[in-house]
Amino acid sequence: MTKLAHFHGGLAITADKCANPIIDSSLPGELIYPLLQRSNNYALPIVKLGERVLKGQMIASANSLFSAPIHAASSGTVKAIEPRIIAHPSNLADDCIIIETDGLDAALSAIPCFDYQQETPENLRTKIHQAGIVGLGGAAFPTATKLSTEQDIHTLIINAAECEPYISCDASLIRQKAEGIVQGALILQYILQAKHCIIAVEENMPEANQALLQAINTHSIQLISVPAIYPTGGEKQLIQVLTGTKIPAKCLPTEHGFICQNVGTAYAVYQAIIQGLALTERIITVTGKGIKQPQNIRTRIGTPIKHLIAQSGGYNKKVQRLIMGGSMMGIALSSDEIAVTKATNCILAMTSNQQENKSAEMPCIRCGDCAAVCPVELLPQQLYWYGRSGQLDQCQNYQLFSCIECGCCDVVCPSHIPLVQQFRVTKGEIITKEKQAVQSNLAKTRFQNQQQRRAREEQEQLAKAEKRKAIIEKMKAASLAKKKSL
Amino acid sequence: MLLLCLIFVMLGLILGFAAQYLKVQGDPIVEQIDALLPQTQCGQCQFPGCKPYAQAIAQGEADINQCPPGGEQTINALASLLGMESKPLNTEFGTIKTPAIAFIIEQDCIGCVKCIPPCPVDAILGATKQMHTVITSECTGCELCIAPCPVNCIIMLPRENKPSEWQWPAAHD
Ligand code: SF4
Ligand code: SF4
Ligand code: SF4
Ligand code: SF4
Ligand code: SF4
Repeated sequence: MTKLAHFHGGLAITADKCANPIIDSSLPGELIYPLLQRSNNYALPIVKLGERVLKGQMIASANSLFSAPIHAASSGTVKAIEPRIIAHPSNLADDCIIIETDGLDAALSAIPCFDYQQETPENLRTKIHQAGIVGLGGAAFPTATKLSTEQDIHTLIINAAECEPYISCDASLIRQKAEGIVQGALILQYILQAKHCIIAVEENMPEANQALLQAINTHSIQLISVPAIYPTGGEKQLIQVLTGTKIPAKCLPTEHGFICQNVGTAYAVYQAIIQGLALTERIITVTGKGIKQPQNIRTRIGTPIKHLIAQSGGYNKKVQRLIMGGSMMGIALSSDEIAVTKATNCILAMTSNQQENKSAEMPCIRCGDCAAVCPVELLPQQLYWYGRSGQLDQCQNYQLFSCIECGCCDVVCPSHIPLVQQFRVTKGEIITKEKQAVQSNLAKTRFQNQQQRRAREEQEQLAKAEKRKAIIEKMKAASLAKKKSL
Repeated sequence: MLLLCLIFVMLGLILGFAAQYLKVQGDPIVEQIDALLPQTQCGQCQFPGCKPYAQAIAQGEADINQCPPGGEQTINALASLLGMESKPLNTEFGTIKTPAIAFIIEQDCIGCVKCIPPCPVDAILGATKQMHTVITSECTGCELCIAPCPVNCIIMLPRENKPSEWQWPAAHD
């Protein structure tokens, strides 16, 4: 048995996870696909209004390394491409492709592949990109881009350390699809040519553990259970727990030869390569005290949340808040008309008595609890102070951008200070400032170029005029000479 | 041939002079002030661009509160650079507006090209008798193209409120 390391801080969590088996979602009348991917990257629609699409058909293509193609999750017609409120902390509307389903669920024919080792890693990566696969743990980073690292990877880590309270979609997927996950892990390992592969499972998921043990039929994959300490599922934290290697703040795991992939992603890779299926569905945990029957639902991506809620018996009366993602890192939603995305792992309906910690804020008593739990070893209290007083340089000096927004500091703060909220605000301020600087530099250069060009043009005009004058003079002189000679 | 040679010699001379001229301008304090200005190049400060305003400030010929696009932030930054007291914007030069960009109502445009010369950053694209358009990413929102348009087909639109541009609001205030 491998000896496990610990990362700094973190919170031991009391799991409140539903263990019901996965059910299939029924077909919603409408599927909604936001074009916005990560931060500022949009996918490009490649379907026309009124066009009929099939399940698995690509409806938007990726135009950068940070976006992935989108596929229809059922057959129907493209009803509109219009702004709808999307799953984003801003709760703003943005362009979406809306598909009206026709109930037939007709699919494109898939081309299965029986031996992936016959193909080059490059080919497999392209297939993964074409299948629209992104990290299903919540970050939604395009998997093919992550796999095209220049670095030598020695260890692939399949992350099944869910660790957020409430979320159980990964555990339920493992219980049903352990073999597919192991296949997916092997494909990923083949693509990366990684020597080792570790599947990390949380220790309070014994059934998932058992299922994987049975499915693993090779020596190249190691199964390790990790303690249920939040946020063990964070990439750098998980690497530290499994291998004892601490990845420095400014480095990526790949620079140290590690790469992490979520279990759901591994399964999607298996589906894409072996079965030839694009990513059109995922498992979503629908839970919280505000839901009548909490469960894990295999959901078509693009399904409106209210459809899933209805399938889970509807709301309880006392429901107060709807959250996408877990209770620690999720975002509050303003409406249940919003559709689930590839990144949605959980829909949480909170009741009022579930929202402890929302009491009035008090001044910081400098207890240092926040720093003690921070898994990245930051000083939240300092960062908060610098952020609030607008000392952006200091925030950067104190590694604000290493903060993973895990929320541990918020939970322990006895003064109920909204620390994470402030960190998000400050990060936004710094990013805006940098963007403005780029923009004004651009304007400055363009203005200078214009001035130089105009000065040059003026000089050229002058030169031309002078030349003309000279020529005219010459002609005059010539004609004069002619006249004289006559 | 001679003509070409002459033009090239001239060009060389002009470039030489320009380089010289710009070098003389490369006064570090002017550069520092210029770096704090928003580079909208709108001329509201009554100088033909941000750099000339920066020069005027450096020579003590202009106050630090004459740039409406920069607003309070720019004034504060200038004050701390020059070791002066901050002060409110002098509204004689204009008022603070929400950032906007120019938009040409294309079906109304008659292709008169009158909007092209005023634009300080060459953000308008078009040719005689052709429809014109604004390159959104380059436009600084200086509004200098609005007045020259004979058919009033250029309007200012606030920058789009897209999720990708959105920032977390503060928990307080
Ligand atoms: S939210 Fe950021 S500062 Fe707070 S504990 Fe997590 S990583 Fe540390
Ligand atoms: S936990 Fe809260 S009260 Fe304690 S030091 Fe941190 S911010 Fe201050
Ligand atoms: S008012 Fe401000 S932005 Fe406009 S030209 Fe003057 S310094 Fe530049
Ligand atoms: S397009 Fe108009 S508003 Fe925009 S920079 Fe040019 S002149 Fe100014
Ligand atoms: S000034 Fe107005 S009409 Fe003339 S080219 Fe520009 S936008 Fe078109």
